[in-house]
Parts: sequence; structure tokens; C-alpha cells
Amino acid sequence: MKILSINEWLLSFMPAGAASITEMVLIALIYLTVFAVLGLYLVLLERKVAAWFQLRLGPNRVGYKGMFQTLADALKLVSKELTGTVKADKFLYNLAPYFVIITALMALSVFPFTENLQAFDINIGLFFLIAISSIGVIGILLGGWGSNNKFALIGAMRSGVQTISYELSVGLSLLTMVILTGSLQLSEIIEVQKNGWLIVQGHIPAMIAFMIYMISGTAETNRAPFDMVEAESELGAGYHTEYSGMKFAYFFLAEFINMFIIAAIATTVFFGGWLSPFGITESIPFMGIFWFLAKTFVLVFLMMWFRWTFPRLRVDQLLTLEWKYLLPINLVNLVLMAVIVWLNITIQF
Amino acid sequence: MSYFSEIYDGIKTLLTGMSVTGKYFLNSRKGAITQQYPDNRDTLQMFDRFRGEVVMPHDENNEHSCTGCQKCELACPNGSIEIIWDRVVDEETGKKKKIIDQHIYHLGMCTQCGLCVDACPSDAIKWAQNFENSVYDRTQLTRVLNKPGSKVRAGVEE
Amino acid sequence: METATLNNTSPKSNFKSEEYFINMGPQHPATHGVLRLLLTIDGEIIKKVEPDLGYIHRSIEKMCEKDSYQQIVHLTDRMDYLSSHINNEAVCLAVENALELEVPERVQVIRTILGELTRLSSHMLWWGVMGMDVGALTTYFYGFRDREMINDIFEETCGARLTMNYNIPGGLMHDIHPNFVKRVKEFIAHFKTKLPEYDRLLTGNVIFQKRTKGVGILSKEDAINFGASGPVARASGYSCDVRKYHPYSALDKVNFKEALDTAGDSFARYTVRIREMWESLSIIEQLIDNIPEGEHKVATNAVIKLPKGDFYQKVETARGELGVYIISTGTKNPHRVKFRSPGLSNLSLLNHIAVGGKIGDLVATMATIDIVVPDIDR
Repeated sequence: MKILSINEWLLSFMPAGAASITEMVLIALIYLTVFAVLGLYLVLLERKVAAWFQLRLGPNRVGYKGMFQTLADALKLVSKELTGTVKADKFLYNLAPYFVIITALMALSVFPFTENLQAFDINIGLFFLIAISSIGVIGILLGGWGSNNKFALIGAMRSGVQTISYELSVGLSLLTMVILTGSLQLSEIIEVQKNGWLIVQGHIPAMIAFMIYMISGTAETNRAPFDMVEAESELGAGYHTEYSGMKFAYFFLAEFINMFIIAAIATTVFFGGWLSPFGITESIPFMGIFWFLAKTFVLVFLMMWFRWTFPRLRVDQLLTLEWKYLLPINLVNLVLMAVIVWLNITIQF
Repeated sequence: MSYFSEIYDGIKTLLTGMSVTGKYFLNSRKGAITQQYPDNRDTLQMFDRFRGEVVMPHDENNEHSCTGCQKCELACPNGSIEIIWDRVVDEETGKKKKIIDQHIYHLGMCTQCGLCVDACPSDAIKWAQNFENSVYDRTQLTRVLNKPGSKVRAGVEE
Repeated sequence: METATLNNTSPKSNFKSEEYFINMGPQHPATHGVLRLLLTIDGEIIKKVEPDLGYIHRSIEKMCEKDSYQQIVHLTDRMDYLSSHINNEAVCLAVENALELEVPERVQVIRTILGELTRLSSHMLWWGVMGMDVGALTTYFYGFRDREMINDIFEETCGARLTMNYNIPGGLMHDIHPNFVKRVKEFIAHFKTKLPEYDRLLTGNVIFQKRTKGVGILSKEDAINFGASGPVARASGYSCDVRKYHPYSALDKVNFKEALDTAGDSFARYTVRIREMWESLSIIEQLIDNIPEGEHKVATNAVIKLPKGDFYQKVETARGELGVYIISTGTKNPHRVKFRSPGLSNLSLLNHIAVGGKIGDLVATMATIDIVVPDIDR
């Protein structure tokens, strides 16, 4: 509604083309601001959650209960010197953080936060998301390659191996759900779920798909127990060893925004996106944002819980898990889901 | 079949681990073991045997019980204690008596091993529980333990 | 340096894999201090591990030569700082044996209790760090939470948390604190509920088992050949517990089982240490209720002069066998002191067992060898 009136206001004094460009810029700015803040608060959330798991208090000095801790950290990182190694491939080295952060921000544009609140409702939404999220790994590879550091290089190579493998599982588990929805468009996927969330509609295969998705999604974001790429006890800091200041912050923020993206995809595909449970707040406008964020943060918390409980896998075990366990199960699950849809034994309200 | 039982066992052990951390997460409010150090200065009580730094207690008459026997200086492994002493003639008995001029203690060299306090025959030095020893200049860590104008308590003999 | 070729490429292909070096340490999270490992790596596979020592060498053995026998004790705190109490005990026992000094039974019992508490605290720290090395960061905090109780016991009785220097030749510096028995009992009750939790969190975890089982296998013969001791050797089936074979202090009065395993891999070393924690708990339980009354030290001369000759005493620290060898010429200073530290010989087999594994395996293996770098360098 509001966007519509801004549109009319802009059209009143500029031509249609200029107006649409201005709108795009405005929307991009809003998204950037929202997600910079979101990234910062995800970092804070992670630190708080980690502290609570580990019998600590977490940040509690800057602002009320540490509310501005990560903001202060970001300011500190901005003010820091950007160092680099001597024989680094300067161009690739400087390019890498932008690859990571831009793909993370691009992926965010397609999510329907609530009814009609979606920047970009593309009809291959899910496909777009999978594609975009795997571009991020190029940034990691470039960063590891460009830094002229062996630890960074090992980290980057591990990242390449990991993403190539786990991309399959992410794609296949989402494909399993696409059989149910019959569409890749995110708004339509949510439309289908008005008859029950897909995890309920698809029951057993949907749950298996969800579990596989969460495992491989955690691996996609390079988080523990799949943090081969950073593996601080093995590689120090992995691919971002040589990055400092804001460039490091880009990698860091991208990791958290990627985590949000993975959780948001799971929310949209498995848990009904912005739909409220049993439609209890259907009549209240913009309540969808609350439900979307609530579901997403529950899944984000689940990923944090993984991280602060499990040991890290070894790099060959990582591949064993994917190729010997997740992928075969996923393929069988895909067939199972197809049979269920064919026999029409889904649960719908 | 072992393939499936492995998956089952794997998931079970992972969930067991998550239940442990999850339990602590739920009890995080009362379970936190963090000591908020500079804030809890008022309530922070060190154990009475804690070895913070060596001090020489003086009583209200500005008297200590160090006879200057130098046993602490000998016992110290790092040379943290230096005693500058002198012999004076005791007016009552007419005998020569050893008195300390300065009992110098280098906190910066001290390893808090406790041998000096253990060696002291007259309990002239003891451990203080102060642990906030940071100073801006290293020379401030060298302390003279006997207060100016103090003298040895009457009756304390070597 | 020989370069291995990829076997499964076609003959036409001229791709070669090359070995390269990386420096792990002296500042690296997994080397637990200033240990430098020179790794020769082919991709992820380790071809050679060369430990480079000396970054924290303080020439403790040389310093001992100018110190009196009372002063030597406090230097041993700084070797294996996680079992400082047992190190102190070793020197004191050596000096007492040389002087043919019989320490009171009370002292012996207290020394044993404190020694086992030290072992527990060391193993707890190891457990936390072990988890951290394989990537489970939370274990570190749980290990330290329980260790805190032991540190409090030490601080209350000995006056320090890490470098206690509580043993002196002839007994103990002070008598135990009145709260000691109560606190130790509290700790035992607390830790008996927490130790099973360690198992639930880490031991049973499928990822952890995959990371450690079959990794870094050390055979019994190699354990003996390399002079390994402590949990590292016992995990390979080499029964070498000094507490069992050469009991000192009050260890001959207690019943305990030597934790043995035959697998020799990282997981065996892990379980041996977990079982040692249970055994230590049982030793403390047996002794804590009947600490005999008596003096806390026997008087020695202010200047201890050892008779002419060689004196050797070995004890079981948390890491293995610590030997103290003193050559005396009859003066108040030793002529030569040699410490046979368990860390050095345990580290020497790292190259033997880590080769062929991945970088992650090396980290897991190093964690189970449980090195303390000041103990290696001295």
C-alpha cells in the first residue's frame, strides 16, 4: 500500500523509467540497512546463545544487556587497517569479500516476508536461491587463493569440495518438496501451504527431507560441525586468515546472513513461511513478518545448537556423510515423495 | 542392515549430546559461572592463605617483628628480598644488635613460592591477599616493607 | 624430497602432486603453547611431522644447580604446570629418600590426595581441550567449571591455584585447611554426577568416535621403544603405572585398577584418561575419611645437604612417568639435576603415529597425547 503511494508520488514529478530506478535504489537501500542490522544482531544472538550453552553470560557491557556490542565491534572493524600479504594476488584478494557479501544479500531479495512484502517474486525463486547461494563459495575460493597463505589455501580447497558435495543434497531435498508444491515460485509455495505446512502435508518423506536439508544447509554455510573451512584448531582461521578490518567483517557477516538464508528457505519450504499456525492471526496485517521471523529464528537457534554441541567432522568423513549417506537417502526419499504424491496420500486440511 | 543401525545410533548419540547442552541452556540463568570481576570487588573474598604479595605487619606503635636475620633473603630463590641492615649498640644491655634499615621486596621478581614466609622465625612477614598488582612503572613493584621510622618490637629476638 | 605422482591419472596427464611444508605453531591453537610443528603435507595427508622445540626453554635443570633443595621444588611447578603438585612431590621424595627421612603418615596421605586431585584437574583440562581440538567448543567450559572446584581446594589449602609449591622436603608447608575434607567431599559428590555427563556429551558422540577411533595407532612395542609412559602407553597395552609398580606416599595403601586398553588409538587414549578419572576419584574416596592425625612436617636442617651420591625418584604425573635424578657432591646445592619428563618422550612418537593421517587427525592425535609444552622444554 505504502509502496504504491510512493510510486504515485514519484511518478508525479519524474518519468516512469526514472521513477522505477529510484524505487529500486530505495528498496535496495532499505534491504541493505535491514540486513546489515540483521547480520549484526545475528552475531549478537550467536554470542549470547553460545554463552548460555557454555554457562557464561555473553556480551553484557555495551548498551542494555550488550545490545550494542556487535555495533561497537563493527565500528571497530571499520576503523581498522586493511592489511594484506606481500605476494598476494591483490585483485582477487580484494574481490573475494564482495563476492561473498553480495551473493548473500542478493539471496535475501526473493523471500516473501509476508503477503505482498517481497522485493522480487521470481517464478524460479527456489532455483535462484540455490544458484545464488553456491556462488558465495567462489568468494571463499578466491579469498583463499588470493591471500598467498597455505592455511587459507587449504581452507579454500576444503570449502570447494564441501560446497560441490553438499549443494547436491540441498538441491535434492528442496526438489523433494517441489514435487508437492509443483512450483518453484516462493509465493506459490506458500500459497500451497495454506492447506497445511509442507512438513505436515508430506509427512514422512518431508521430515526426512527436512533433516537432510538442515544437515546439508549447515554444511553449506560452513558452520560447525562442518566448519572445515575455518577449523580454528587445525587451520587457525582458514580462508580469512589474511583478512582484516571491514573485509573480514564482510566474510563474517556473510556467514551469518547465509545462516539466516538457509533457515529462511527451510521456513518457506517446510514450515509455511509467513503463514500463522492454524491461521490464528490471518486477519491482522503484517503479522506474517512476525511468524516468518519467529520460525526462522527457531531454525537459526537449531543451527547454533548444533554448532555448540558437536565436534567437527574430518574432511574425508564430510564427504563420506554426503556421498554414502545423505545422497542415497535423498534419492530414495525423492522417489518416495513422488509415490506419495502420485497415490495422493498427502495430509491436507 | 548395519547401514541403518549406524544411522540410528549416530542420530541417537547426537541427540544425547544436544540434550546435555540443551539442559544447560535452559538453566543458563542460574548456572552461569562467570565472575564479573571488576564489578564484584566488594564481595570478592580471597582465601586467607592466598599468596598475593609479601607484607610486613606493623602494630599501632609502628613496630614490626623483623630482626633482620636474613633467613627470608636466603630462602628466596629469585633474590626478590634484599635486607639492608645495620648493627647498633643496645642502650640497655650494651650489646651490639642487628637492626634492619630497609626490607626491600621486589614484587616483580617474586614467584609467590612462600619459602620466605615459611622461613621467617619471628613471623615478621606474611602474605597479603591483594592480587591487583598492576602498576604503570616497573620500579613501583619494588617495595620497602618496613614503614619509615618503624622499629623492631621489644622482646623479638633472633 | 621425493614427489609422489597421482596414480589414477591417465598416462598422458602430467599432473603431479607436490609436497609442501606448513608451519604449525609456534602460535597455533592446536599446539597448546609454543610448540612448532613442521609439517610436510601432500594435499591434506601428512607425510612428516617434525616437532621443533625450545621456544619456552628456561633451563630449569641448570637453575636447579644454584638453588638449595628447598628452592628446587618451586621450579618444578613450572615444568608440567598442570601436575605441579606431583612434580613437587617427586623432588621432595627424592630429597627425603636421600636423607633417609621418614615423613609422617599424615603427610603421605595428604600428598596422595592432592596428587590425585591434581591428576583429576589435569585430566579435566585435557578433556575440555580435547573437545575443543576436535571442534566441540562447549566441552572446554564444562571441564573448566569442574576444575574450578579443585582449584579452589588448592587455593584454600596451598595458597595458589596452579603453582602450589605446597610440598617441602620433610612434609608440607602448612597443615591442610580445616575446610579441606569438606570441600573434597563436596567435589567428589559433584564430579560423580558430571563425569557421566562428559560421556554423554563427547565420548558417545558419533562424530567424535569417528574422529578418534583408528586414528594415530601406537603399538605396544613402539610405546616401549619410544619410552612412552602414562595414559599414552597404557592405551597401547603397556602396563607402566608407577603408582602400581613403585608405589610412593600412601599409594600402597589404596586399591585401584590401572586403566589399560589395547587398541592404542586416540579413542583408547581418551577412554584410558576417562577411566583414570574414575580411579582417582576412588583413591581420594578411600583416603579422605581417614587422614591420620599427626604432624604436617618433620624438621629438617635449614640448609639441607644431601649425602654424596646419585638419587632417583620417579612418580606418575598426569602425563606419565616423571623421573627426578639428583647427583649430589655433599654440598647444599645439587651438582646436577635431570628431569625425565613424560612430555618429551610422548611427543617423540608423534611423527611415528601421525604420518598418513589428515591434518584433522594430527590435531586429534596431539590432543590425546596431551602435551604440555613447558614440560617438554623445561
